[in-house]
Amino acid sequence: MPRQTVWFIRASLIYLLVGFSIGALILAQKGRPYDASVWLLLPLHMEFLLAGWLLQLVLGMAFWIFPRFGVGAPRGRANAIWVSFVLLNLGILLVAAQLWVPLALLVGRLAEAAGLLIYIAGSWGRVKPLAVGS
Amino acid sequence: MPTVTRWFIKTSFICLGLALLAGLLLALQPLFNLSALSGIFPIYIHLLVFGWLTQLVFGVVFWMFPKYSNEQPRGSEPLAWWTYGLLNVGLLLRLIAEPVNAVQPNAVVGWMLVLAAIVQLSAGVTFVLNTWARVKGR
Repeated sequence: MPRQTVWFIRASLIYLLVGFSIGALILAQKGRPYDASVWLLLPLHMEFLLAGWLLQLVLGMAFWIFPRFGVGAPRGRANAIWVSFVLLNLGILLVAAQLWVPLALLVGRLAEAAGLLIYIAGSWGRVKPLAVGS
Repeated sequence: MPTVTRWFIKTSFICLGLALLAGLLLALQPLFNLSALSGIFPIYIHLLVFGWLTQLVFGVVFWMFPKYSNEQPRGSEPLAWWTYGLLNVGLLLRLIAEPVNAVQPNAVVGWMLVLAAIVQLSAGVTFVLNTWARVKGR
């Protein structure tokens, strides 16, 4: 696995654990109510599992597995993917911060969108038949 | 494909079918004023995201990720089976208890949901324990 993939997937596994934990707290509250404020964590449960776990795992796998370029860097511009990783994860954490700072939701989503656009720009050319060359 | 991967993937297909059925029931709810179906939405979502997507990922990851060691190329197969069992038992518990809890909450279904919560979380923990070391360069 390339290093970017390792970072994407390890981050996704951490989000999996945190997202599942929050989900367990909410489901337990539903079954045997103990603290209604746990429902405030529902947006974090969804964000951590959809963007943090599933989306990030797919991005990491795609970077690893997609056809490589025959000239230049095999997986394209590595720095762009690092920027994408940072923006996506910064965005997820900012979205989580909406509990304390409502504006963080908008800023977080913008960061996520920017990260994904950079990732797409860096990966588009790798969606091709297996023949080498650009 | 390893046997546990085949079980993960085939079960994920079943969950996808059940999720689509739940989605259909949700769409019919306003047409026929079926208030008893009000508890189905969380089931629909979790059948899709947990039963279908996550389970499919678990199966493929167990199959495809880099080798853990020469002696145990895919890590612990018994732990993978535990993940499979915990994931699906947890899902089944909430499939039964969540709709009942929505219309007629009681202690039995309440504790079933608590158990479902613990079991599903345990599935995630066992998966990460079995997978973390396989996320590596070579």
